[in-house]
Amino acid sequence: MRHLLSTRDLRRDEVVALLDIAEDMADVSGREIKKLPALRGKTVVNLFFEDSTRTRVSFEVAAKRLSADVINFSAKGSSVSKGESLKDTAQTLAAMGADAVVIRHGASGAPRVLADSGWIDAGIVNAGDGTHEHPTQALLDAFTIRKRLHGVASRGRGLDGVAVTIVGDILHSRVARSNVWLLTTLGAHVSLVAPATLLPVDTRHWPVTVGYDLDIAIDSAPDVVMMLRIQSERMNAAFFPNAREYSREWGLGDDRVDRLPAASMVMHPGPMNRGLEISAAAADSVQSTVLEQVANGVSIRMAVLYSLLAGSDS
Amino acid sequence: MSIHVKGAVLPDGSNRDLFIDNGVFVDAAPAGATVIDASGLLALPGLVDLHTHLREPGFEQSETVLTGSRAAAAGGYTAVFAMANTMPVQDTAGVVEQVQSLGERHGYVTVRPIGAVTAGLAGERLAEIGAMAQSRAQVRVFSDDGHCVHDALLMRRALEYVKTFGGVVAQHAQEPRLTVGAQLNEGALSGELGLVGWPAVAEESIIARDVLLAHHVGARLHVCHISTAGSVEVIRWAKARGVDVTAEVTPHHLLLTEELARGYDARFKVNPPLRRDEDVHALRAALADGTIDIVATDHAPHPLEAKDCAWDEAANGMVGLESALSVVHAAVVESGQLNWSDVARVMSSRPAEIGLLDGYAAPFAVGSPAHLTLYDTAATRTFAVEDLRGKSVNSPYLGRTLPGRVVATLHRGQPTVLEGELVPADVVAAGDRG
Repeated sequence: MRHLLSTRDLRRDEVVALLDIAEDMADVSGREIKKLPALRGKTVVNLFFEDSTRTRVSFEVAAKRLSADVINFSAKGSSVSKGESLKDTAQTLAAMGADAVVIRHGASGAPRVLADSGWIDAGIVNAGDGTHEHPTQALLDAFTIRKRLHGVASRGRGLDGVAVTIVGDILHSRVARSNVWLLTTLGAHVSLVAPATLLPVDTRHWPVTVGYDLDIAIDSAPDVVMMLRIQSERMNAAFFPNAREYSREWGLGDDRVDRLPAASMVMHPGPMNRGLEISAAAADSVQSTVLEQVANGVSIRMAVLYSLLAGSDS
Repeated sequence: MSIHVKGAVLPDGSNRDLFIDNGVFVDAAPAGATVIDASGLLALPGLVDLHTHLREPGFEQSETVLTGSRAAAAGGYTAVFAMANTMPVQDTAGVVEQVQSLGERHGYVTVRPIGAVTAGLAGERLAEIGAMAQSRAQVRVFSDDGHCVHDALLMRRALEYVKTFGGVVAQHAQEPRLTVGAQLNEGALSGELGLVGWPAVAEESIIARDVLLAHHVGARLHVCHISTAGSVEVIRWAKARGVDVTAEVTPHHLLLTEELARGYDARFKVNPPLRRDEDVHALRAALADGTIDIVATDHAPHPLEAKDCAWDEAANGMVGLESALSVVHAAVVESGQLNWSDVARVMSSRPAEIGLLDGYAAPFAVGSPAHLTLYDTAATRTFAVEDLRGKSVNSPYLGRTLPGRVVATLHRGQPTVLEGELVPADVVAAGDRG
């Protein structure tokens, strides 16, 4: 794998192979010495144009467990008019000899621009670009679902026939986009539930079903309910009247959790707005995978960095 | 200077020699005339662009009146209308006169400044429209292009006030609230790429409002760069109803679609955005049936750094003067929808008429100004940076194969391009301009 820019580009066999490598990495994380020498001498740069402590730390831990050197390059506030441009930053990192760049950027497509630019020939990992994609989040979600369903027998498997309902701000969610492509590539059935204001205007060509009613979705007994975070800036932009109404119509409250089958999973990419899109009881229930998702994030990011860098220039 | 253009084919297919003396067409070869061998070449009337951004004063890193004039001449143009979004804005007599005189000094093309509709393009109060109309620049086209005159009352007043001076308002139709942060045509692709959508309705709703306003106050309206099939329907409806409205389409909206944005290459970022395939087809058909009156380039030069970045951060716009004729050739002539007489109409006589520019009503007629473009319709080229003659290289056509090539351009009888090369600036500036 040269870059990881989008889950849309990934074939099923590539995804399964990545998830299987992540299984091996998870085994390493369970050992007393949580470290492999695989990427010794490689330099991984975390280039974050947007704050995201969780994702950055997850990548940092992943790179360090593989013995890579990690540089955190925070370019927050940069834009074309103020601070450093993407081009200047990329050329600087190239001059420093970065082998991989993990980029988080507020503009959709920025990782692709970087990969196509010729400014730098490091491998590029998209750690979230605007409202486009967040591929490692989708990979860790798929890993988490597979692990819950199949445990130690997970290796080699897809997610055939698994029913996943993604609820909330689909329009602005890079997590939703990456999951739509990735989970369906693995054979899952994905449905989206949101008010029409928070759905893209035309999803006819998406491999999903779309609905507005969360209760109908819950009563169809999905294997997975994935709740998305509602950003505070949506509150005052007429996407919905107020937080109370949103919570009532599209929040995973206690009564809705109770109606879910016991084996259903409740997922959230974090950070959660407890009491808004998810109730505290739902977040902390046995059905919740929130903390597993965080742990699995490290394994997935190890697998991605390993696939990008191990033996890449030998 | 006297010139004998030998053996050109005119747009109607007829074959005849053209004679030029003292900047106008004459009926016989003057003694000692310079001969231009045009055998096998198409003679078009000098092209007129109703929508050019020359960027001077204020943004000379992108383009100047001189460099933009040279780009225009290279593309076969002999007149351009320079949009008002300079710095300072072309909203006073002083600025429009400055732009006008820079054009006259360089001489490659006739430069007609467009005046702002509102002071500072801010959309709040009218600019000094009367002063600009009565200045030495004699401004007749007024536009806030880049910004929509979105306030309905202000637009009504602008239509009425501009009518007072015999001019026309050229509207950039974009409902601002529906396009906050808009990046790409709103549809399946914008949803997939995670780019904020620019919905067709934001253009169509303003056009619908404006044709009704123009009708109500009995004023003339020109609509800039229409880009959607729905806009075509609204214009068609308005014309059938007798509204005094004209419309333009850009070459890029006749050839390119939103699919080009898939790789986030900001060369394809433009406002209004590239649309769907069905929009492109509707625009071509509308240009062929006269619903759309003219082709105008919206030539929008930008420095490299404005495009060498993430899509959201990139500037809108494409350069278009040097490629326009070839793109029209590829989009609607090769498809059989327009013949060369139609091209002469939509790229020369009709834009001149809309902009109230004299000298283009009777092309090639004895006594008319000798504005002329010789075009090799049989040529094919891979469009490259060397084909760009302005200051900026933000062309969406680089690397694309395009038909045709401008071989010569004459502005008031003065050659500005010969054998495909620009005539040097000092020669053009010193030339006889009738």
